[in-house]
Amino acid sequence: MSATKAARMGEEVWKTRIDKVNAELVTLTYGSIVAQLCKDYEGDYLEVNKQLDKMGYNIGLRLIEDYLAKTAPQRCVNFRETAEMIARVGFKIFLNITPTVANWTSDNKQFSLVFEENPLGDFVELPDDGRAQNELWYSNLLCGVLRGALEMVQMQVDAHFVSDTLRGNETTEMRVSLVRYIDDELPQSED
Amino acid sequence: MSFYFVIIGTKDNPLYEAEFGTWKQGGDGVARFRDEQRHLNQFIAHSSLDLLEELQWAGTGGSMYLKCIERFAGTAGGGSGGVVGVAGGVNGAGAGGVWVSVFLTAGNIKFVLLHDTRADEPIRQFFYDVYELYTKTLMNPFYSVDMEVRSAVFDGRVRAGVKKYL
Repeated sequence: MSATKAARMGEEVWKTRIDKVNAELVTLTYGSIVAQLCKDYEGDYLEVNKQLDKMGYNIGLRLIEDYLAKTAPQRCVNFRETAEMIARVGFKIFLNITPTVANWTSDNKQFSLVFEENPLGDFVELPDDGRAQNELWYSNLLCGVLRGALEMVQMQVDAHFVSDTLRGNETTEMRVSLVRYIDDELPQSED
Repeated sequence: MSFYFVIIGTKDNPLYEAEFGTWKQGGDGVARFRDEQRHLNQFIAHSSLDLLEELQWAGTGGSMYLKCIERFAGTAGGGSGGVVGVAGGVNGAGAGGVWVSVFLTAGNIKFVLLHDTRADEPIRQFFYDVYELYTKTLMNPFYSVDMEVRSAVFDGRVRAGVKKYL
């Protein structure tokens, strides 16, 4: 499916089949989750990243089903197409944003999602304790979501942020790399 | 013209403090307080809280912007509009005296501005600007009520507001 077709599809599904919710509700809910995690782990931001990723993973496992049910897409023929669908349909219908797909490696196994806007990060300023700016990936939940969702459709990926405007970087960029296609594991035969 | 601005939390604790000068009439935005007046400013802002708390429940107009609630003057007397408590005999406040304008948010956060000439409308605009900035700060999940506002972004935007209105 071409990029423009995917974009049109995302737009269409967003308009007709998605229940909308107030953006501040989402932002504040997510914000209090992250802030609470930071408190619970007493500022161990690496652990907070891990927890966010885990939570996202569990969301992703479920969300993929919802995504497939709402969009009824065709099978993606390659990883490039998968990337376009994630950016233009997935992010569009769940967060109403369309990150840019960029920086492909030549083997077509790694790409970046560049977020021009990030509703999760609105109003946020990271704590100025000198560590959060270097350690905390505030929106790390999104990485987990991608990992969980793609795993359910036979793709093992690694997703992590490489820059975040909240840290003072120019852009918010997530790096996604395909580890392998998970083959269907057949039950061992009787003999 | 010089201004002293302080945000005061619900427990009468200061959250943010700034001094600045006017940008109108060719000002350069630098406060020109004499050294002995700087701590006096804090004293005046603090002492105006008593009057503010009285006004808070007096139900005057129901506006968050309480205008000039008080005037400290070197010379006794004066004041107009709203409630003006005059505490004479504070020396070193200058001939024009010091006006105290107050904005009270719904969450009982007080914005107090000390200024030496009266200008209700620009100050009102300034306060509403700061109110919006403060609301945004409060939306930050890592900020909680009554915490000191240390964000450089906030500071920068307040100063931009000064440049625009005062």
